[in-house]
Amino acid sequence: MLRFLADARDFLPILLSGCLVTIELTLAALVLSTVLGFVWALLRLSPSRYVRAPAVTFITVIRGIPIIVQLFYIYFVLPDLGIQLSAFQAGVVGLGIAYSAYQAENFRAGIQSVDPGQIEAAQTLGMRPPLIMRRVVLPQAIRVFLPPYGNTMIMMLKDSSIASAITVAELTRGGQLIAASTFRNMTVFTLVALLYLTMSLPLTYLAHRLEKRYGRK
Amino acid sequence: MIVVDRIGKAFGAHVVLDEFSLEVDTGEVVCIIGPSGSGKSTALRCINGLETYDKGTITIDGVRVDRDDPSIHALRSEVGMVFQRFNLFPHRTALENVMEGPVYVKRIAQDDARARGLALLAKVGLAEKADAYPDRLSGGQQQRVAIARALAMEPKVILFDEPTSALDPELVGDVLHVMLRLAREGMTMVVVTHEIGFAAEVADRVLFLDHGRILEQGPPAAILRNPRHERTRDFLQRVLHPVA
Repeated sequence: MLRFLADARDFLPILLSGCLVTIELTLAALVLSTVLGFVWALLRLSPSRYVRAPAVTFITVIRGIPIIVQLFYIYFVLPDLGIQLSAFQAGVVGLGIAYSAYQAENFRAGIQSVDPGQIEAAQTLGMRPPLIMRRVVLPQAIRVFLPPYGNTMIMMLKDSSIASAITVAELTRGGQLIAASTFRNMTVFTLVALLYLTMSLPLTYLAHRLEKRYGRK
Repeated sequence: MIVVDRIGKAFGAHVVLDEFSLEVDTGEVVCIIGPSGSGKSTALRCINGLETYDKGTITIDGVRVDRDDPSIHALRSEVGMVFQRFNLFPHRTALENVMEGPVYVKRIAQDDARARGLALLAKVGLAEKADAYPDRLSGGQQQRVAIARALAMEPKVILFDEPTSALDPELVGDVLHVMLRLAREGMTMVVVTHEIGFAAEVADRVLFLDHGRILEQGPPAAILRNPRHERTRDFLQRVLHPVA
């Protein structure tokens, strides 16, 4: 036990800086996936087949490819096409795009849950589509898409560990490096696990609150 | 003001509207009656471009109603509509529902819109419900808020789509009373309704619609007391004496 604490004292500074990268990566990818997901959802709901079809195809393709393969593609293949991203940037873009497909379906479900009569009422006031979206549809759709959104945040935090595979210096990567050089696997990965758990607790609490606040009705 | 000129609409072989024409002058109250499925609501919804039509033209003060033209938004802001199922915004209070159009479409200052909104809620007898959310209001109260919401846009005309059909019988009177007052004040109204008594009392003109066609029209006394067509007689008999 003492040994564990002594090791922990040595390893924690490195692991905590990994945590910082994990948080940055999670937040950046979350923002990107939210924005993209919203765009896909809107395209998906377009009355035009020619707008819908590409969005559906994109979502299907992204959902059918493992995130780690998407990350490899962005980090190792895109440079051949002249697009050079840092490991962190590739991680944000890869996770952001991968998650945008899930977010899109969630947003779509939320938007479609709004009674069409609401949109008609807004139209008869002379509102244009963007205003209807902002003032009438989204405030009601949020009840449907916020509870799953809480879970998405937790999943994103954990899946950000996949970025370790493309050398992003986040928590899991930090743990791997320390373990490889010290062989203190038990200590290192116990700490890594505890740190993920610690970071996820506020999100779990938030998800629970969202569920309680919007889940009913 | 409103000129509907021989509009037609069909879903495949099913004809919803057939050569439907209607002219409504400022200050006029026109009631459209007819069996369900006769195209009453569709006709009404064509007037503010909620539905498209295949043939004919509709103009309001000379402006063509075209759902897919950008001009439709401005046009709709001048044509109020009251729905069978109220369609109040559930996430906003009664007052906020009434203020929504003036503030976000007409860009009137919040304070002015609030003052006007409160006055309109008072007019429909709901001043004390200004801060209530729709789910705290009865159907009749919700519909009166919906009327206030339409009035807040200061429309040229208000379209009513079976405004009392979703209400408990004892709540119908309050809503009809508000509509009656509006009519007396000179509001132009097109009302799709099953309330024959209301039509008889308030309408300048009654249209009887059957299978998408106007079967007869004229002053309420003529249409409701002495209908010429067998189908009109039959319909009125069923509505006025359902068990007879």
